[in-house]
Amino acid sequence: MGRVLAVIIWMLTLGSVSLFFVKKWWFPTAITEHAAALDRQFLITIIVVGISFAAAQIALGYMVWKYRDTGNASRATYTHGSSRLEVIWTVVTAVIFIGLAVMGQSVWASLHFKQAPPGSYQVEVVAQQFQWNFHYAGTDRVFGRTDPGLIDDSALNFIGLDEADPNARDDSVHSVLAVPAGKPVELILRSKDVIHNFWVPQLRFKQDLVPGMAIRVHFTARTPGKYELACAELCGQLHFKMKSYLLVLPEEEQNALIALPQEQFQTRMTELLAKYPLPQN
Amino acid sequence: MSESHEAVHRHPAPTGFIRKYIFSIDHKVIGIQYILLALVAVLVGMAMSVLMRMNLSWPGTNWPILGTLFPGGAPEGMMTPEFYLSLVTMHGTIMVFFVLTTAPQGGFGNYFLPIQIGADDMAFPVLNMLSFWVTLLGFIVILAAIFVEGNASLAASVGPALGGASGVTVGPIGGWTGYAPLSALGKIAGPGQGAGMNLWIISIAIFCVGSLLGALNFITTLLNMRTRGMSLMRMPLTCWAWFTTAVLALLSFPVLLGGGVLLLLDRVADTSFFIPGGLYVSGLLSGQNPNFPLHSGGSPILWQHLFWFFGHPEVYIAILPGMGATSHILATFARKPVFGYRAMVFAIFAIGLLGFFVWGHHMFISGMSPYSAMTFSILTLSIGVPSAVKTFNWLGTLWGGRIRFTTAMLFAIGFVSLFVAGGITGLVLGQTSLDLPMHDTYFVTAHFHLVMGVASIFGMFAATYFWFPKMFGRMMDERIGKIHFWVTFIGVYCIFVPMHTMGIVGMPRRFSQFTEYEYLSSLHPLVLFVSVAAIATVLVQLLFYVNLFWSMFKGKKASENPWEATTLEWAIPSPPPHDNFAGIMPTVYRGPYEFAVPGAARDFIMQTEAEAEVTTGNGDNGHRH
Amino acid sequence: MATMVTGTRPVTKKGTSGPKLPGPGGNGSRRSNGGGRIPEEPLSRRYRIGMWVGLASIFMMFTSLTSAYIVRAASANDWKPLPMPRMLLLSTGLILISSVTLELGRRQLRAGRQARYVRLLLLTMALGFGFLFTQLSAWRDLIRQGVYVSTHPHSSFFYLLTGAHGVHLFGGLVALIYLFFRWGLGSRDNSAAAGNAAAVDALTIYWHFMDGLWLYLFLLLFFWR
Repeated sequence: MGRVLAVIIWMLTLGSVSLFFVKKWWFPTAITEHAAALDRQFLITIIVVGISFAAAQIALGYMVWKYRDTGNASRATYTHGSSRLEVIWTVVTAVIFIGLAVMGQSVWASLHFKQAPPGSYQVEVVAQQFQWNFHYAGTDRVFGRTDPGLIDDSALNFIGLDEADPNARDDSVHSVLAVPAGKPVELILRSKDVIHNFWVPQLRFKQDLVPGMAIRVHFTARTPGKYELACAELCGQLHFKMKSYLLVLPEEEQNALIALPQEQFQTRMTELLAKYPLPQN
Repeated sequence: MSESHEAVHRHPAPTGFIRKYIFSIDHKVIGIQYILLALVAVLVGMAMSVLMRMNLSWPGTNWPILGTLFPGGAPEGMMTPEFYLSLVTMHGTIMVFFVLTTAPQGGFGNYFLPIQIGADDMAFPVLNMLSFWVTLLGFIVILAAIFVEGNASLAASVGPALGGASGVTVGPIGGWTGYAPLSALGKIAGPGQGAGMNLWIISIAIFCVGSLLGALNFITTLLNMRTRGMSLMRMPLTCWAWFTTAVLALLSFPVLLGGGVLLLLDRVADTSFFIPGGLYVSGLLSGQNPNFPLHSGGSPILWQHLFWFFGHPEVYIAILPGMGATSHILATFARKPVFGYRAMVFAIFAIGLLGFFVWGHHMFISGMSPYSAMTFSILTLSIGVPSAVKTFNWLGTLWGGRIRFTTAMLFAIGFVSLFVAGGITGLVLGQTSLDLPMHDTYFVTAHFHLVMGVASIFGMFAATYFWFPKMFGRMMDERIGKIHFWVTFIGVYCIFVPMHTMGIVGMPRRFSQFTEYEYLSSLHPLVLFVSVAAIATVLVQLLFYVNLFWSMFKGKKASENPWEATTLEWAIPSPPPHDNFAGIMPTVYRGPYEFAVPGAARDFIMQTEAEAEVTTGNGDNGHRH
Repeated sequence: MATMVTGTRPVTKKGTSGPKLPGPGGNGSRRSNGGGRIPEEPLSRRYRIGMWVGLASIFMMFTSLTSAYIVRAASANDWKPLPMPRMLLLSTGLILISSVTLELGRRQLRAGRQARYVRLLLLTMALGFGFLFTQLSAWRDLIRQGVYVSTHPHSSFFYLLTGAHGVHLFGGLVALIYLFFRWGLGSRDNSAAAGNAAAVDALTIYWHFMDGLWLYLFLLLFFWR
């Protein structure tokens, strides 16, 4: 029995570890510097995790193989432990675990401690049950005034944009997020109703959109293309359908897009969505 | 058991059926009642998980039987998204509260804590009975939430005062975390936000009260009722685990209770604790319509803080008793003292203490201060240290042993394996940066299912196979038990390891379908594989039920101490008499795990065996009751 | 081997008949050697431990509500504290006196003066009901002014905190009534008397806690800014 158990534990360990190491199912390709740094941190962590996991399971298998009761009369080793061993493994694990936590902070700091660089391209994101709205400031780079009292979904004014505000004249609102490649982008995240979550796997970060708060995040996407954008916080019935796209456009294409008036903006966005294919991995 | 002893019992053995088995104040009966409650609840929870897997793996399939059972939730046999999300919510709630909190603590803890410390009952037997009945009431209320939301005619009869009901789900929608404001807005926020959500909150509030009464009893019993010679450091590790669990419950459930009251007030009294101003929901602006009263200034994140201040210790409430049982059973069947007993006690305490200071790691993406997130992250990874210490000590206990592979032992070894497998990915999720892509994906689902779900349940399986002979005086069938173990052990690895890779790809939790997203399409084979493994594993659990109930009546008669174990429960008849020790309170002479003592006559010395017998090596005349 | 703490070390001097008692806390069972009367102190001790443990959980609940109060006060600019209802000064006085009377009653019982004990018990009960009555009339005054639970966050917290405290205090009153009936019906044998005294001790702790809790809530609601 002990030998069977040992072999099964080892086989399950091998299977589990190899599922990670074949990398058949893995992160999609990173498109920001932050995402690449995060991938490196993940790799280091998963190697530590993999080694610890495998070592513990191999040791467990070894114990049940080696120390199975074979029916002879001898007794088990009588010991209540060893203080020296306790101290050693406490210190070693503490150093490794807390070291990992400290290492992981630099990627976090680059995303959350630093402000977006001045002159970043800003988009206001307003989420609602089960739809994304992206508010573009237009060429003047100033957002028009919004007011919850002006929201009227049936009139397609999803974010309550005040048409009377001169700053709103060149603003556009669309359900797809288009940003320039290679330039810092700052998103201002808000929600109209419940908590939603902004999730583009290629960006490697999530951020809740909390009603009553305006949360800022920033990133610089390097690779032009079309990426799927999902809501990752349970927001109600059609949560799984609350989908949009992130379009990372070459800078000229982006500049041309935001210069367009509202109706042409919509048409152009549809063309751009068709132009870029989804990434293969 | 002479007449004179009977005369001094604190409360005499009841004679009527109702006082003996229903409204009993005997901790053993109450323990079994808790276990039965968990056995019923876990069936409901498992059935729900099977339905979820069916929906995820074969989207769009018609299951005619579902159409008959849930005409609203699965019209013509096809599950609706809201039906799926209510399954998610109820599966989580029922499993966490009514299975993982009741069976390990209320069930086995109630039954064995008094016996293992040599007490004739809990400190407050009537309170103990109340805590079970209050918990059961909580369960009935959560079932009411299922029926109110799931039955069209019941739903129609629920007045607007109760928030109305949808009739198309099997409960509220909110996940077990019930994040505000979705859970606070009421029925305008969509299906599953009406009466079912009110009942959900009320059920959890009732459950909190029941757990608090239980925790109070556990702590007082352990502090006050240990028998002669049972010093703290001679208690079995199970008692330390139950004690720490009770302390965690005592300090964390009140916080959830407070939060639950606030949430309920937001829903029924139009307050604004968690609901900010200016919300626009389902075409209505707050304050502009009688269906959506004015709210302003509330903080959604406040709910998350209150919830997770409870929610994180709750994870340890679920697993600590399993750790205790595992330590106990590993020592017994390795025929060896627990390695590093004192370190094990400190580790349990360290886990419990740190557990109160890490709740923020559930909220890295919530928009809270990034600086406090850093602190939470470092504290979180520190919890890995006592957890690793426990693992090392379990390995140390096996080292040099003479392992007997009973079913209980197999499950205890399985616990160690799964605890490592599930716990170690906490090193990924506890890091602020790595949580960003992993949060709310299947990586998290896999992590917590393995460690707080499956590992805890393995601890309970081990406990069941181990203590069943004591509880019912009969042995469970070892052959069926071993089949149960092998399939379950391999099954849970097959279910939850692939889920990690789904999470790496970025598959979000709580999606009723994955077909909307191109980047998830490559995962379909894994999703199918997981579902097949899950359904097979669930089916095998039926063997456990058969074994349990068959053995209760037809199993081989058990002796007083079939496992040759050392602690007090094995020094009394199986099943134990009404007041455990038949009026003769035991005296404890030594630590709980004295196996393989050199020079002793047998390879185990019970805690009740007197000193002289060891030193002289003349153990056969030891007093045995 | 250094951590051999559970080992087979001698715990008794050779030759003595039984092991020594464990350290504090492990005061053993009521019938340590198969018989004997229930001693008085362990029961009182058990009730007191149970009470303190229970109070810890009540403390945690009010801590969570306090943290919600502080966070909510800071989270938006809609925080307009209520002016203090004058009734609350009266209720605060009543509950402070009730704590004194119950403490005196407890001491009278310990000294064996049953009649004085029960008079003080009844007085405490009256003061307790008086407290609840004044709290309710403070509510009524506010409602008359049009201040409801949902009016603004401070009023929500006012009703919630006074309500939660009131429910707990009402529980204490029910226990006082129980003690009164127990005194009225109670048999006079030793163990029943010990049980009664233990229950009075425990309830006094609870009552003092409710008293302190009210003072704290009163300060939090009307003097914390």
